[in-house]
Amino acid sequence: MRSTPAPLNEGHKGDVMSASQAAAGTDVDVGTLLEIFRRTTLVHRTDEKFRSLLTGGTLRLVYYPVRGQEVASAATMTALRPDDYLVTTYRGVHDQLGKGIPSKLLWAEFTGKASGACKGKGGPMHITHPETGVMVTTGIVGGGLPIAVGLGLSSQLKGDGRVTVVCFGDGSTNIGAFHEAMNMASIWKLPVVFLCQNNRYGEHTPLAQSTSVANIVDRAPAYGMRAVKVDGTDAEATYRAAKAAVDRARVGEGPTLIEAMTYRMLGHVFGSNFSYVPKALQEEAVREDGVPKLRRRLLERQVLEATLAEIEQQADAEIAEAVAFALASPYPDVSEIRKDVLAQEIAA
Amino acid sequence: MSEAARISFSQGINQALDEAMAADPGVFLLGEDIADEQGGGVFKATLGLSKKYGVERVRSTPISEQAIVGAAVGAAITGMRPVAEIMFMNFLAVCMDQIVNHAAKLRFMSGGLTSVPLTIRCGTGAGVGFGGQHSDMLEAWFAHVPGMKVVTASNPADAKGLLLSAIEDDDPTLFIENVAMYAAQGPAPEPGYKVPLGKAKVLRDGGDVTVISYGRPVGEVMAVAEALGAEGVGVQVIDLRTIAPFDETTVLDAVAKTNRAVVVHEAVKAFGVGGEISSRIHEELFGQLKGPVRRVGSKYSPVPFSPPLEQAFLYSRDEIAAAIRSTLD
Repeated sequence: MRSTPAPLNEGHKGDVMSASQAAAGTDVDVGTLLEIFRRTTLVHRTDEKFRSLLTGGTLRLVYYPVRGQEVASAATMTALRPDDYLVTTYRGVHDQLGKGIPSKLLWAEFTGKASGACKGKGGPMHITHPETGVMVTTGIVGGGLPIAVGLGLSSQLKGDGRVTVVCFGDGSTNIGAFHEAMNMASIWKLPVVFLCQNNRYGEHTPLAQSTSVANIVDRAPAYGMRAVKVDGTDAEATYRAAKAAVDRARVGEGPTLIEAMTYRMLGHVFGSNFSYVPKALQEEAVREDGVPKLRRRLLERQVLEATLAEIEQQADAEIAEAVAFALASPYPDVSEIRKDVLAQEIAA
Repeated sequence: MSEAARISFSQGINQALDEAMAADPGVFLLGEDIADEQGGGVFKATLGLSKKYGVERVRSTPISEQAIVGAAVGAAITGMRPVAEIMFMNFLAVCMDQIVNHAAKLRFMSGGLTSVPLTIRCGTGAGVGFGGQHSDMLEAWFAHVPGMKVVTASNPADAKGLLLSAIEDDDPTLFIENVAMYAAQGPAPEPGYKVPLGKAKVLRDGGDVTVISYGRPVGEVMAVAEALGAEGVGVQVIDLRTIAPFDETTVLDAVAKTNRAVVVHEAVKAFGVGGEISSRIHEELFGQLKGPVRRVGSKYSPVPFSPPLEQAFLYSRDEIAAAIRSTLD
């Protein structure tokens, strides 16, 4: 336990760094970039696999696609230590896999199987795997932010050096929990990185129609919090921003809000109509797609095509194994309904 | 401790917090104005604790109930044992998401990978003139949510003993304090005194009718039981202590002997905890009951401000006595 109180916020003016400022910087080393590519590839191909199995009728579940947000997440998760904490949302496959949850446990949980990360009792919207730092996945928009404050508070009280990253969308910044959490994290200088993956839509409503500011980072100065806006399809820019925020948090310099601009290339929920997204924006999303962009960047950095292909094959193999494992696994025994409700099992 | 030693409810709560913090460095308190610099809590329950344990562990917060409970949930899933003070029970309405969707469910939804050893303390109660938004007894809301425990005390010693148990418990527990009782005195318990959760206590034996109650009305029920005893009516009194999960075994075993029961609580009678207890008694003992289980609670109204209205809202000793008598007809 720390014996000296954390210094109170001295009224940080809440510097906001623009995307162009964030983009400028030294090259991220190739090893790190390859790691981001590995995580991006696993997420991208997992998302594709979910959609193909849903389309084919092998799976039946409510799925929130992450297409368009892979790179922003992978770059941020790569800036973390394995024991750092993650809180994410129902659109969270990219964050969970990026943080390191084993594919088999994720797939088995998504299919409600006893072998799932949470014994099939949480399901797609409630993935938890503390071993890899995946502490909470919430189905409540904004509900994870106050919990991330608590994870950060625990780390500050224990002095364990962990950093918490909480992922949420632009839509979450219009709910009260966001504002309470931002304020509390700021006054207590907690080691929390607020990663807003701005995919430009809160369910079916565009940002401009729901949000009083043009940029989510514009909200940070109201809480005296540092903020940086980045192109979330740019792996290097996102990684640099995340690394700087994580490093600051770890040494006690307090929280940062990162707004990573992404695209939601599909509907809110898989299978839903998204014709409300203007054609020009859909075309821009394809043009700016971070996944092929990162691949091209690695080739530019003299990485061999064979190296990238091998990473892709490894991802495919991991996913194939996980899908087979999930489909072959049994459902939980119905007695599970009496377990984990309270610490003590409920009497039959 | 001498036989004559007495403490107030506030002191009982303060002692429990003090002992829990001394015993476990993972216990910390957070809430509005709870540190000594801010007065040691509006009801003084945390007085002196920040001086003793520091403002990091006795942490005054902004007026942000969602963030208070959310932060407590986050710390709890890392193994800490936070005690969050939500000044008034009605303010739980602004942080229900954190309680109902997160605190209560994270253990189950994670398949037991995370647990939430969190205690939320809150004050409430009618009769002291706080009006409609600071007086409600909302225990039934939380008792209805699987994963939550709900506890309240009828005397200072139990307040201490139950709160210590709640803090040590591995499940999220709502601890309800009746603001009309903070100054009430009672026998002081020994240091380390604990009252187990989930166990009711038979306070008084009587062969004719069983009265089940909890919290502040227990004192009223005991007074009525004494008065009826003088008339030759044997009233058995059970103090639930833990509202959820309630001690069904003790209640059903007792009513199986008297075959008559009355449930008394301060909460509005309609859709209250009394409905559930009454229903369980009917389901299990219908064939042997001498008559229907009666319920006494407050009237179906927001808690009024004007003193005569507030008194009319509250359950009364006369109503308790009448309900008991009606089971004997």
